[in-house]
Amino acid sequence: MGQLSLNQRAALLSVLMLIVGLLLWEAAIPAQKAVEELTEYERLTGAGEAKAGVPPPSQVLAKAWEQLSDPFYDAGPNDKGIGIQIGYSIYRVLTGYLLAALVAIPFGFLIGMSQVACKAFNPFIQVLRPISPLAWMPLALFIIGDSEASAIFVIFICSIWPMLINTAFGVAGVREDWVNVARTHELGAIKTAFTVILPAAAPTIVTGMRISIGIAWLVIVAAEMLVGGTGIGYYVWNEWNNLDLTSVIFSILMIGVVGMLLDSAFGLLQRRVTYAE
Amino acid sequence: MKPYLSIEKLTQRFPDGAGGELTVFEDASFGVEKGEFVVILGHSGCGKSTIMNILAGLAEPTSGVVVMDGQAVRGPSLDRGVVFQNYSLLPWLTTLKNVTFGVAARYPDWSKAKVIDHATEFLAMVGLEGDVIHRKPSQLSGGMRQRVSIARAFANHPKLLLLDEPFGALDALTRGTIQDELLKIWGQMEQTVFMITHDIDEAILLADRILLMTNGPQARVAESVEITIPRPRNRTEIVEHPNYYAIRNHLVQFLGKRSKELAGQPTIAGETNRPETVRIDKTEPQDDPEDTQPALVAVNS
Repeated sequence: MGQLSLNQRAALLSVLMLIVGLLLWEAAIPAQKAVEELTEYERLTGAGEAKAGVPPPSQVLAKAWEQLSDPFYDAGPNDKGIGIQIGYSIYRVLTGYLLAALVAIPFGFLIGMSQVACKAFNPFIQVLRPISPLAWMPLALFIIGDSEASAIFVIFICSIWPMLINTAFGVAGVREDWVNVARTHELGAIKTAFTVILPAAAPTIVTGMRISIGIAWLVIVAAEMLVGGTGIGYYVWNEWNNLDLTSVIFSILMIGVVGMLLDSAFGLLQRRVTYAE
Repeated sequence: MKPYLSIEKLTQRFPDGAGGELTVFEDASFGVEKGEFVVILGHSGCGKSTIMNILAGLAEPTSGVVVMDGQAVRGPSLDRGVVFQNYSLLPWLTTLKNVTFGVAARYPDWSKAKVIDHATEFLAMVGLEGDVIHRKPSQLSGGMRQRVSIARAFANHPKLLLLDEPFGALDALTRGTIQDELLKIWGQMEQTVFMITHDIDEAILLADRILLMTNGPQARVAESVEITIPRPRNRTEIVEHPNYYAIRNHLVQFLGKRSKELAGQPTIAGETNRPETVRIDKTEPQDDPEDTQPALVAVNS
């Protein structure tokens, strides 16, 4: 054990915890009696029917194998592969998120450059920011009138705030010295913005983007449960209505995995723009 | 004939927070000749940095003008390069790119290769060569960072180079080495330099002339002391020069005593308020060779 690196030991421990956790889960589910062992009375009262209990991990794994081996099948509106469902969710998240970034980053830049604008917009931002994005849903459905666009709007509205606030904060906090370097080199406003302020504020801006994508992925599940039709959130709710808990657990895990992938993509971006002073 | 750089009746007042005004300095007037190395010495709070920022165009004086090469200074310009105390390198760029960034701004018509060659040449002049120039500033020592900053400033051939306590954050040994580098590069370039420092020995080593400021508020440039030690100078040899300690004592006396005594004297209206020129030279033939006092020749210009 002494030769193993810190990472190897941690990985070993993780695998161990996973195995122990799965075994405990498996053991905690009471086995269903086989039909032959039932008494006449039990059979008549329906005790032998497969009960909708929490499925053991072995079933979930079997489900995962089944789903992941054919993720893109499409057998009608209520029966699509997990890949298609996740694809819909990612499409909505990215559309709403990119629209939010297109608004929040330039706007945050302007707010950050001007103390007056910063103070003037602050009360609006502070009131709008804590609103649960789903609270916008009825209004969005009424005004936009389209459930698909409403879901994207909800993503837009929830991901705009961290990006806006972090961009403004990052831009306002750019060191005076660096701005003075730009000034003494006679850089114009646009050039200063792109060659000095943007790289200086980039770590803060990307942190905001990372928070936003996390929130957007949290919100899409709830939004899709409301609007229905497609998406991973709808899939979870639909499988609950079907009382297919195996699929519910499997899709919960998939939500976690996709969320982690989205976050680590921004983690990579963050590492690229971070600088040491 | 006006000097190359002429500071005329510069006054800076700030609100003092109690409804009144605080005069940092008043009617400061002095000149700097082309190719001259002028150092300004004074206690904290006398407004040295404010004068520097006005010369750089980063701050506006309450009144007065700065004329350089026949043109009034207005706003920052590539004609006036600045080396800041805290180096002010852009931490996300490599050493080389920190210099090419400045060169490309100065010479927008140059090809990329020419910009890189020019920047590399100036980095080599301050002793930065090889792999070092591809490192980020965070991977460099304080002394190396300030070298980059000096290379960036010299590479742009500014008409006036402003050094704002460039060695203030460095340890004494590093400071010595970089002072030598600065002297070497300055000797090759005939660059006009205006520098702030707290360090008397540094001032004597580098300067052609030292401007002495009285304590603030209402500070003024009281004296202009010529450094009558021939160049090229060398830190170990100048201390042997007969003028060295005479000049040094004069500066110490001024900063220790007279800067306080002269402080806060309101300027007389109509006076030009130019600093008194002080020339201390013990190598010149003197009327009374027995006189142990430094020869003080005060000329009111």
